[in-house]
Amino acid sequence: MKMRIKIALAGNPNSGKTTLFNALTGLNQFVGNWPGVTVEKKEGRFREDENIIIMDLPGIYSLSPYTPEEVVSRDYLLDEKPDVIINIVDGTNLERNLHLTTQLAELGIPLVVAVNMMDVVKKKEDKIDSARLEKELGCRVVEISALKGTGVMEAARLAASLAGGEKHIPRHSFSGSVEHALAHIEEAALHSLPEGKQRFLAVKLFERDEKIIARLGLPDAALKHIENDIRLCEEELDDDAESIITAERYAYIESIIEGCRTIKNKGKLSFSDKIDMVVTNRFLALPIFAAVMFIVYFVSITSVGAVATDWANDGIFGDGWHFLGIGSAAYSEAIDAFEAGEISDEPDPAGYGAWVPGVPVLLGDALEAINCAEWLQGLILDGIIAGVGAVLGFVPQMLILFAFLAFLEGCGYMARIAFIMDRIFRRFGLSGKSFIPILIGTGCGVPGIMASRTIENDRDRKITIMTTTFIPCSAKLPIIALISGALFGGAWWVAPSAYFVGIAAIICSGVMLKKTRLFSGDVAPFVMELPAYHMPTAVYILRSMWERGMSFIKKAGTIILLATIAVWFTSSFGWGDGDFGMVDMSDSVLAKVGSGIAWIFTPLGWGDWKSAVAAITGLIAKENVVGTFGILYGFSEVAEDGAEIWANLSASISPLAAYSFLVFNLLCAPCFAAMGAIKREMNNTRWFRIAIGYQCGFAYLVALCVYQIGTLAAGGGFGPGSAAAILTVAGFLYSLFRPAKKTTMRNSATVPNI
Amino acid sequence: MATLRAAMPGDKLRVTKITGEGQVKHRIMNMGITRGSEITVRKVAPLGDPMEITVRGYELSLRKIDADGIEVERTPESLRGGASRPELCERDGYENAD
Repeated sequence: MKMRIKIALAGNPNSGKTTLFNALTGLNQFVGNWPGVTVEKKEGRFREDENIIIMDLPGIYSLSPYTPEEVVSRDYLLDEKPDVIINIVDGTNLERNLHLTTQLAELGIPLVVAVNMMDVVKKKEDKIDSARLEKELGCRVVEISALKGTGVMEAARLAASLAGGEKHIPRHSFSGSVEHALAHIEEAALHSLPEGKQRFLAVKLFERDEKIIARLGLPDAALKHIENDIRLCEEELDDDAESIITAERYAYIESIIEGCRTIKNKGKLSFSDKIDMVVTNRFLALPIFAAVMFIVYFVSITSVGAVATDWANDGIFGDGWHFLGIGSAAYSEAIDAFEAGEISDEPDPAGYGAWVPGVPVLLGDALEAINCAEWLQGLILDGIIAGVGAVLGFVPQMLILFAFLAFLEGCGYMARIAFIMDRIFRRFGLSGKSFIPILIGTGCGVPGIMASRTIENDRDRKITIMTTTFIPCSAKLPIIALISGALFGGAWWVAPSAYFVGIAAIICSGVMLKKTRLFSGDVAPFVMELPAYHMPTAVYILRSMWERGMSFIKKAGTIILLATIAVWFTSSFGWGDGDFGMVDMSDSVLAKVGSGIAWIFTPLGWGDWKSAVAAITGLIAKENVVGTFGILYGFSEVAEDGAEIWANLSASISPLAAYSFLVFNLLCAPCFAAMGAIKREMNNTRWFRIAIGYQCGFAYLVALCVYQIGTLAAGGGFGPGSAAAILTVAGFLYSLFRPAKKTTMRNSATVPNI
Repeated sequence: MATLRAAMPGDKLRVTKITGEGQVKHRIMNMGITRGSEITVRKVAPLGDPMEITVRGYELSLRKIDADGIEVERTPESLRGGASRPELCERDGYENAD
């Protein structure tokens, strides 16, 4: 058997790493996550030789321990011992890219530097002398253009030929006093380790990298000895150790770059600069941003997206659809005529044009034909198919959105969004990029949550995921219509107030959450590259769309499916006539559970079991709330806004309690599909629980305040509920306005206790 | 000593010192802002923060609060060009200028 070769692909963000990886591996890719973090892990096999495995490490600027991406990459390079590293560097941005190169060179692993974007470099008529660069760096240098596909295979073949060969010895050195300290460190702590590894570890020990110190488990005496050397060096160079190293790396790069690169049009505005003069112009930036957002929303949610989702939900996973729209026009005319009373029989859509029945219809007929037991039919149709439909129904719309996101990221505008919106959003612990998830969330929370993937910063992303679904999505609109129609005579202010509650919930949650201990440790600086604009390829967009879509289906699918089946089961089974079996919803296990837990909601004003059950079925999809009320009030089918049950509802619940019910349902845990998306994006069970727990707890407390304080204001007596509400308000105010705790920087350069 | 925070669009500056510590400082330095490196201030975001600079040939955005930790001086080149403002203007005074 041929030897397996592992190639690690490392480079800065925006250096074209993903494009190179795609070019090298084609379709042989496995996308996942690194354990415990939301950092994407991609592995693939080389197109030309399947014994060569290529690992695409996340984009990083340094091998320091500050971001999850850096830690993941570093651990991989140290623990998995790839046979060779291909370091992709952006030829148009050589200085900063080589900073990482100097660090990779110290790892003692054979290294190939692939200078990317050579097509752009040549177009700008700049020159890179790669032979000279090769000599200066002491490792092989190849020129490539990942986008155009030139030099790509050669780079990989070269890398494979170096695998397991000579250990790379870095040519760069630090100043005398640093080298002196490094030699001492190697001598004191590392001499028993393989020679190739010593350099990297010595530099990291010099930088007082806590993760490396912990990994090596050095005795206290050795650490004390090392600390002494570091101190001396710091005193001499008047800076902290980590800064000394970084500054000297750049000084080294400066010293070699002049000989390796000539820039022709220095100081001239590039094409990208010209675009930016318009796009981030202080007067035009916001209108352009608004226009771009409008287009994204309009296409992915309102027009094309809505058609796609309706087709998936009502067509494939509903009654059926007219193939290519043939016959829909004639059918809707017939429906109009039926509603106007001109014809007496309700028209059947199947009678018009090219009707394709939906999966549930087809399967239902088939099960009927084979005389399948009623419970099994129920399980298959209302449990499994409904569950699968809940997973897949969102996918078409999501794919359209993902294509937009991939385009915005690929062309470079996404970074500008963060630049433009940062000032507003950072106050709430969010990123400028959080605007997109929240905007998309007004259509559907599921793609909204998935859109949070574009936010690099961990804290910003988590808070965004936790708060995005507070904004009313389109499935919550029927609940608003129900409450507004039944209790408030369709008053104009109910719907806007729901959006207001959603926005206020996001802002307040952001402010409160960022001050909690959960997030205080993660303050990350917003120092962000604004990459040059360029047109992404269609392959890049389709691929990114496909990967994100699949990751939703795979990772979110299971939980959605299981939860839907569980609710179906509890709502259709129960003890009717003394035996356990299929029953009406009023006798079901779910109804029993609803009655059992209704007391929890009594302080919110709607402690009757029907409301509790409706809130639970709302977890499958928020539209179900209205339908459930319909069933529980004895209607087999109700209109979307539940007009049939308005009278029943207004008789059983007060306006204030109804509004509290509305607020609770807007803010509490979203539908299973959105919860699945949250689980997928958090990639961590604990954080998933925290998110859902926070949403439910927050919803409960806000609804409590609405009902109790409303009752008090309306002249109701003061009771324990009122006291709890006032305490809650005080708690909210405290969490909002307390000073942020002085955050202790993780991994700061303070001296560890030695 | 003036910091980058007080700089105006168009200013060409040289970094004299990076103050501050921990993650912010190292992130800034990793991105290539080190002692002696040259910075051109490009623009300030429409809402007044963050700012965009050119350093080592690429565009970087950073918040003013972080820019406060970067001490700068004018380069001789820009002193010749913009002699009317030899001193960096007062902090926050630049927001009206574009």
